[in-house]
Amino acid sequence: MTVELLWWDGCPSHPETLADLERVLREEGISAEVSRVEIASDEQARREHFPGSPTIRVDGEDIFPPGEGEPYSLTCRVYHLRDGRVSPTPDPEDLREALRSRAA
Amino acid sequence: MIAIGDRAPDFSLPDSGGADVSLEMPAVVVFTCNHCPYALAWHDRLAAAARDYADVHFYAINPNDAQRYPRDSLDAMRERVEREGGWPMPYLRDESQEVARAYGAKTTPDVFVFDAQGVLRYRGAPDPDHRDPSLNASWLREALDSVLAGEEVARPETDPVGCSVKWR
Repeated sequence: MTVELLWWDGCPSHPETLADLERVLREEGISAEVSRVEIASDEQARREHFPGSPTIRVDGEDIFPPGEGEPYSLTCRVYHLRDGRVSPTPDPEDLREALRSRAA
Repeated sequence: MIAIGDRAPDFSLPDSGGADVSLEMPAVVVFTCNHCPYALAWHDRLAAAARDYADVHFYAINPNDAQRYPRDSLDAMRERVEREGGWPMPYLRDESQEVARAYGAKTTPDVFVFDAQGVLRYRGAPDPDHRDPSLNASWLREALDSVLAGEEVARPETDPVGCSVKWR
């Protein structure tokens, strides 16, 4: 299983996301290295189908697929926590569920 | 760019309804926007502070490049304010980005507190954690309480946290 964290420097959320990702992988006993991929230009964002920072991919697929028509650009991604609040990072339990289902 | 103890750069900017709004003191100036999750996460806490400190003039300013970030256009700002039933502070458009440059705004949000004489007394984040609504913009409120009581602000600077301002 390949796990990638795509991030952009204009958004400070990636260290927290990386920590959440590594913790959940460890807790779930999933053996996978997290590759960090920096996105640095709009052209690269389009080429990589990057809807914003942070984006997590497992085996090349975004584990939180963006909405239809979401542009690919250098921006901070908006996630929602399970209680409905807006967040710059995914809810850790959503992350756990997504990783668990892909590891099964 | 301004530092603690400096005077507020003056401005007159259009609000989301198109009316020009000028700076009055004492004031809280918040650089913010529509598309940033940090700005969105802190918005309700800042709006609550604006309601609670009715004697302080609050201004929300969106300086982002709307060509690259259409969700920060004046139309999108107007739609958001209407959708949310109105805001307790004007939502201003800094199209030229001159105001954001004069203040040295770094992120959305980035909070500046000025006393009745227009002197900068606090600059930084609303509170220590965007994830915890119970913090209720505590750093901003501490600064306002001190300013309104004529006292020194115990914590005049914190690091602003959020999305970088989207310069042209």
